Parts: sequence; C-alpha cells; structure tokens
Amino acid sequence: MNPLIPLFIVIPLAGAFLIMILGRFIRNFHKYIASLILLFLLIISFYSLFTTGSSVSVYKVGGWEAVNKIPIGIYMVIDGFTAIVLCIINLIGFLSVFYSISYISRYTSENYFYALFCLMIAGMNGVVLSGDIFNIFVFLEISAISSYALVAFGVEKDQLEATFKYQVLGGIASFLILFGIAFIYWEAKTLNIADIRNVFSAGYNRNYYLLIEILLLSGFGLKAAIIPFHAWLPDAHSSAPSPISAMLSGVLIKAVGIYVIIRLFFNMFAISEGMAVLITTLGTLSMVIGVFLAIGQWDIKRLLAYHSISQMGYVILSVGIGMILISRGVRTEIAALAISGGIFHLINHAAFKGLLFLNAGAIEYSIGTRNLQEMGGLAKSMPATSATSLVASLSISGIPPFNGFFSKLIIIVAAIMARFYLLALLAVIVSIITLASFMKFQRYAFFNKSDGENKMKIKEVPFPMLFSMIVLGIICLLLSILIFPGIREMILTPAADILMDPSKYSSQITGI
Amino acid sequence: MIPYLLCFILFLVGLYGVITRRNLVKIAISLSIMEFSTFLFFALIGYIDGGVAPIVDAADPIKTYVDPLPQALVLTAIVIGLATTAMLMAVIIRIYRKYGTFDIREIKNLRG
Repeated sequence: MNPLIPLFIVIPLAGAFLIMILGRFIRNFHKYIASLILLFLLIISFYSLFTTGSSVSVYKVGGWEAVNKIPIGIYMVIDGFTAIVLCIINLIGFLSVFYSISYISRYTSENYFYALFCLMIAGMNGVVLSGDIFNIFVFLEISAISSYALVAFGVEKDQLEATFKYQVLGGIASFLILFGIAFIYWEAKTLNIADIRNVFSAGYNRNYYLLIEILLLSGFGLKAAIIPFHAWLPDAHSSAPSPISAMLSGVLIKAVGIYVIIRLFFNMFAISEGMAVLITTLGTLSMVIGVFLAIGQWDIKRLLAYHSISQMGYVILSVGIGMILISRGVRTEIAALAISGGIFHLINHAAFKGLLFLNAGAIEYSIGTRNLQEMGGLAKSMPATSATSLVASLSISGIPPFNGFFSKLIIIVAAIMARFYLLALLAVIVSIITLASFMKFQRYAFFNKSDGENKMKIKEVPFPMLFSMIVLGIICLLLSILIFPGIREMILTPAADILMDPSKYSSQITGI
Repeated sequence: MIPYLLCFILFLVGLYGVITRRNLVKIAISLSIMEFSTFLFFALIGYIDGGVAPIVDAADPIKTYVDPLPQALVLTAIVIGLATTAMLMAVIIRIYRKYGTFDIREIKNLRG
C-alpha cells in the first residue's frame, strides 16, 4: 500500500484554503506556497511512478474494509497508468505555477488565482486517483468549477463569453455523466469500478449497457473535446490566461476526459467491437477536422487550441485501434503496442502543448498581441522563447529526434501492423499539415521582418517564465528516451498491461 | 415506469430550453431544470414501493428498506449543482455589466 495516496488531494486542498486565509496578510505568501505545494506534489508523483511499477495499490478512505469481498468504502487506486497521468498533472502544474509568478503579476487579486489553481490540481489528482465512479464525478466538478473561474480570470468580454459557453456545455456534460452513473447504479448496485466490472462480467445485457456507454462517452467526450463536442475548447483555451491555457490544453482535457474514457472503457465495460469502432471513428474525425480548423487561424492561442483537438485525436485513434484488436481477440501484442503508443503521445502532448501555450503567453506578455499578422522578427529580441517554441513546434509536427516523432511513429506502425492502412495514411497526412501550420507560426512570429519601429522595446521575458519554458523544452527532448527498450518496460508497459488485462485490475482491488 | 419517463421528458425540456432560449438567465434556468431531472431520476432509483427509512430495527428484521445511497449521492450532487449555478449567475451578471444585454445574439466576439 502506498501511504502517499491521500496527500495528492489533501495537500492542494489545504493549500487553497491557506492561500485564501493567509494570502491577505502575508505579502507574496501565495506565490511561494503554491510553488512549494506543486513542487512537493511533483516529487511524490515521481516517487509513486518509480515505486508503483506493475503493482496496484489501494487506499481505503476512512479504513472501511470490504465486506464479503464487496467494497463499501471509497477507494483510491494507484497503478501504472494513474502514476503516469499524476506525473503529467503535477509536472505541468508546477511549471505553470512557477511561470505565473511573473505572468499573473499583471492581474489583480493574485491570491485568488493561486487558490483556484490549487483547487484545480486537487480536482484533477482526485479524478485520476479515484477508484469509484461517483467520486470521479465529484472531483471532476471541483476541477471544472475552478477552471470555469480561471478561464474568466481576466473578466474582459472575451473571457466572459468563453467561460459562459464552457459552463453551459460543461454543465450538460456533467448531467450526462450523472445520468450514466445513475443507470450503472440501478443495474449494478455498486459504484466501485472494479466491483462494477465483476458484476458486469457475471451477466451482461448488451442493449442496456450500450445506453450507459453512449451516455458516458458523450459526457466525457464533451469534457475531452472530441470532435462533435469540441465547440467550447478553442474559445475557452484561447481566452484563459496563458499558464491556465497550458493547464487546460496540456492536462485538464486529458485527466478528466481521455483518462476517464480509457479507464472506463478498458477496465469497467467489457470491450465490444461496435463501441471500439465508434471510438476509433471519433478519434479519426478529431484528428483530421481539428487540423483543418487549425490551419486557417491567425490567433496563436486559437491555433494551438485547435491543434489540441487534433493531437487528442491521435491518442483516441490509437487507443481505439487497441480496443478493436482486443474485442476481436486477435494479435493482442499489436493492441498493446497501439495502447502504449497512445499513452506515450498523451505524455508528449502534455509537454509540447504546455510549452507552446507558455510560449504564446510569453509573446503576448512582451508585445501585447496574439495576432500572428502583427508579429515578426521576434527571433532576435526573444531568443529563448524562439528556441523553445521551435523545439515544441518540431516536436508536435513529428520531426526526429523530438518526442512527438517517436509516439506518432509507434501509432502509425501499430495502425499498419493492424492492417488499418487508411488510418495510418491519414495520421501521416495530418502530421504533415501540422508541420505546415507550425511553419506558418514560426515564420510569422519569429522570422518575418518586422516594421522595426518599436523593435527596441521588445525584451525577453523575466526569469520564472524563461525557466519554465526551458525546462519544458529539455523535457520535450528527454521524453524521447521513453522509447528505448529498458525504459519503456519500466514506464509504458505497466500502464498498457493494466488496461489490457481488466481482470487483473478488478481482482487486485476487490481481492477475488 | 411512468415516473422515469417523466424524468426523461423533464431532461429534454431543459435541453430544449438551453438550445432555443436567447436570454442568458433563461439558459441558466433551463440548465437547472436538466440538473434537477437528473437528481429526480437518481432519487427514484433508490425508492422501493412500501419501503421505510433505512433505520435497522432489530425487532422486525424483514422490513423493506429504501436504498439510502442514492439519497446521499443526490445530496452531494445538489451541493455541487449549487456551486455551478452560483458560478454561472456570477458570470451572467459580469456579462451584463460588460455588454449591457442578456441577449445571446449580441454576445458574439469569438468566432471561427
């Protein structure tokens, strides 16, 4: 048992309250305490990643033991996949909060920003750790409410409009999820994911569960902004303050959307081929339509937001290919390859999309606009921003030796080996269009000649912002090592294994 | 079966309101209707005809009890719903101050 599990939720929650109470009296208290909290969470999440391996550890809240092997308390579960997502959340969270130290000083009521930020981290950690489906809903709402407030943090026209749209669609998503949970409870009389799995494997009424699957897929799909449900994402992600955009695009849509979809469809429902094909189709649509919507954008953050939809499409697509192969019961080693490719791309996307949004924030901080047509020649005046954004752009477009190349390679190889040639071709084409779109970004922002009138005034951003960007740039390069055999077995394989073998997950938790 | 169907119809009424209304406050009200239809459905699941409150009575062990868990869940969900509604209303008030209108057709800065 891992005694650190409750700390992931308790510490940021307590931090949020401390910041609200003490932040008024002690100057700069909020900045340092928030950074310290996130640094501590980062350390314990990496510790959990390296100690978890392929084991599953359970923390029973309040010490309620199972009765007749039926869990009755709230379970917090940490396994290989959870540990990876926890690392992403707390890594991007730490770097964003460090970046905010100088970025947010332009806004008023800074202490509210840090308190909401800690609440959002607590919510996401809770979603990822929670072993029962109702607590997933509760923590999801904690992170959603704080992100609604953070998107509107600037309280200008755009932010308010974006947050209204986000709240209405987020609200509908929550009710769909709650309906799904109600249907599950009606039939299974339990809320624990592992226990629901046991109940489902005993008897399975296909049509009834199809309804639940559709409800939960549309609810969490809205949270993850898969393509028919994507309307809120470009507005919300482009209007928020940049560190929050990095958190929303880099982490939130994964932790509360993609992670939960993967967890529920692999470890709770029995995988059916129809559902697998539906998920793969949605992933492909997101991948293709997202990139076409992105290419015409002139607002940097909007462009990046549409690319998030497209890159999440890659993750869903590869996970869907894995599901199809598992449901057919053939060639499960290719399914494992596809799933680990998807998880690898999830990690990589957090790193490079977080970095790109921080770059966009740095540009906005220095020259005060997000419109690509008004920029130009920034490479000379902002060398570090330019270099790190080049790293991130090459990484997202899949140029070796950056991390994006290797994860896309795994996904495409898995698609070819599974004989989905069309999907592999589409993945390659989308990658090329992504490259074109980021060439446009690089050229207009950094290399074009500017008018030269106020060129002298443009300065490189302060140290905390530089530090976060450079660290993320190095991480983009370092993550490539996850593909090497020894390291892949240590990190990616346990995560794919726990998804591949649902009976292992449920038996280790309920002890049957 | 009829109460469940009515719940569903209530949910659809809320959804219809969210889609067709032009006034921000009416959209918020429609969202609340959707929310409470979900809560009602959740509460109905735990109800058993002829059941009593689940306070175990040693003298009469074969009583039928209603399921208490959905009630606890609904209470939690109501508290969450209060927070989201309050947040939504705060945003609507701010929007009114900036735009001077509740009409969603005139609030369209973000496009594309």
